[in-house]
Amino acid sequence: MKILVALKQVPDTETKIKVGAEGRSLDPADVKWITSPYDEYALEEGLRLKESKGAEVTAVSVGPEKAKDVLRNALALGADAAVLLKSNETGDPLAVAKTLAIFAEGKGFDLLLFGNKGFGADNGAVGAMVAELLGLAQANLVTKLELEEGRFRAEREGDGGTEVVEGSLPAVITAQRGLNEPRYAGLKGIMAAKKKTIEELEGTAVAATLTVSALTLPPTRPEGRKLDGDAAAQASALLGLLRDEAKVL
Amino acid sequence: MILVFCELQNGKIRKASLEALSEARRLAGEARVGALFVGASCAGAEDAAKFGADLILKAEAPVLGAYSSDLFATVVADAVKARGASVLLGAATPMGKDLLPRVAAKLGAGYAAEVTGLSMHGNKLQALRPVYAAKAFATVDFSSEVQIASTRPNVFAVTECSKAGTAEALPAPTADFKAIVKEILAKSGGKQDLTEAEVIVSGGRGMKEGANFQLLEDLAEAIGGVVGASRAAVDAGWGIPHNMQVGQTGKVVSPTLYIACGISGAIQHVAGMSGSKVIVAINKDPEAPIFKLANYGIVGDLFEVVPELTKAAKALGITK
Ligand SMILES: Cc1cc2nc3c(=O)[nH]c(=O)nc-3n(C[C@H](O)[C@H](O)[C@H](O)COP(=O)(O)OP(=O)(O)OC[C@H]3O[C@@H](n4cnc5c(N)ncnc54)[C@H](O)[C@@H]3O)c2cc1C
Ligand SMILES: Nc1ncnc2c1ncn2[C@@H]1O[C@H](COP(=O)(O)O)[C@@H](O)[C@H]1O
Repeated sequence: MKILVALKQVPDTETKIKVGAEGRSLDPADVKWITSPYDEYALEEGLRLKESKGAEVTAVSVGPEKAKDVLRNALALGADAAVLLKSNETGDPLAVAKTLAIFAEGKGFDLLLFGNKGFGADNGAVGAMVAELLGLAQANLVTKLELEEGRFRAEREGDGGTEVVEGSLPAVITAQRGLNEPRYAGLKGIMAAKKKTIEELEGTAVAATLTVSALTLPPTRPEGRKLDGDAAAQASALLGLLRDEAKVL
Repeated sequence: MILVFCELQNGKIRKASLEALSEARRLAGEARVGALFVGASCAGAEDAAKFGADLILKAEAPVLGAYSSDLFATVVADAVKARGASVLLGAATPMGKDLLPRVAAKLGAGYAAEVTGLSMHGNKLQALRPVYAAKAFATVDFSSEVQIASTRPNVFAVTECSKAGTAEALPAPTADFKAIVKEILAKSGGKQDLTEAEVIVSGGRGMKEGANFQLLEDLAEAIGGVVGASRAAVDAGWGIPHNMQVGQTGKVVSPTLYIACGISGAIQHVAGMSGSKVIVAINKDPEAPIFKLANYGIVGDLFEVVPELTKAAKALGITK
């Protein structure tokens, strides 16, 4: 079985957001870069399948040179191969999806694993787009995955509660928290990863369908009001304010 | 023409879909708006005319009774092409978020997820959307011919605007599906999904144990809300399912009222709820960071305050 895992390098989720001088993107000064949290579940699932069923796991990232860090980490965790598709992030999920689809096309991957959402851009789109571009089945927000004989059964967080999606392989699965507990890289893995190579390819140039023209900070919420009195007085004051001042009840 | 993918629930158009439809009507100006329904039965779709739909498109077929990402995407993309629509909107519901990116890829269309603002400049759409877990907002401009956006629930107003609303049936899909929803395991018991809820009462580690969430259920029932939780509460082994978790690794919610009980206000929790219109915090620690965000704060013991709130709400007969 051949598995592809798409990993995105993103700012640490605790990053204090500062807008860059051009007003369109994040100021990269002082930003610590990490693997997008949901992508860790995707990678872990690939590694577990490798261990339980035997699979070759390829990690791929679309990004600049520094995105090699997430690939190096994936190798340390147990991925067999890592590929960097060099390209500068445009903020267009379809452009990223096309770059990934062009790379994956014809390589015989049985399973393509994604995070359900990349932190930062928060699109929640690239997995489904790749599925469409390659004409594959998809299941998003998956919390449990089973594979057998060319088919998958996935439990996902859907509308009515937990939904069971069944479909054919090859398929795109996007990971949700709960799918597994990601492992940490051990010293042995880190040392071994240093000897493995990260393949670097020029990402295919694809036209953007949308561009970010401005990045702004949200208005700060005005300091709220604390309510006095005992519990009963606070409760009735609050309900009054919610009904008459905020008009939300 | 602007098309809106609309969802029905128990024979009624979902509120989040009505929001998208109302916004489409506003954006369209003199241009036509079409409401698109897909399912085994589209009974109730006619109501779309009251919210500005000139055209009501119904793709009705038994095979559409269960959701399939790829088959639904084919049906929706075909409708966009057949009607020559330049904009497709849909609500950022679980289905909308699953379907619309796939449709975008099929049509080579730009896709802006969970937008909180939209405007038309000539025939080009511009969208405002939260990024970095709502710590910033991006203005995005489309350059594709077809332009697709999902609208974040509870952000756009529902506006009535009666139109003639002629109904038309779409051809039954001929393609087969690659994946489909086979069954629904843990039903959410008719409860609204957190992402669409207008009122959310959330509990955190301060709830002490799972059974105490009944206090929140009681309050939620009294004010017409649903119950959410922090990750600490979900991870505590209290039997609180992950689909109740609000935050960066849970749901991003946008209710008009969010009541946080025994939640400190960690950055990852705030990431999921800072889009709430009005925030109330109940916490015994006056220094808890959640108070920085809250419009109304109650410093106190939630085990005293929450039952008083429920009692007072019942007495006032408040329900949404
Ligand atoms: C990568 C990552 C992702 C994360 N994702 C999420 C996420 O999606 N959602 C999320 O919520 N968290 C998330 N977290 C965890 C987050 O950092 C916090 O640990 C968590 O939100 C804390 O939950 P809490 O506020 O319930 O608990 P605590 O921080 O322990 O706060 C409990 C609060 O209850 C108050 N309290 C106690 N007893 C009472 C009482 N009787 N009456 C009133 N108040 C009382 C205390 O004063 C305290 O403020 C994530 C963390 C990481 C690292
Ligand atoms: N630049 C990228 N390189 C590799 N994978 C990506 C990239 N951007 C997004 N992805 C994958 O697509 C998922 C969803 O991203 P998004 O649609 O941007 O929220 C992520 O969790 C990754 O698995």
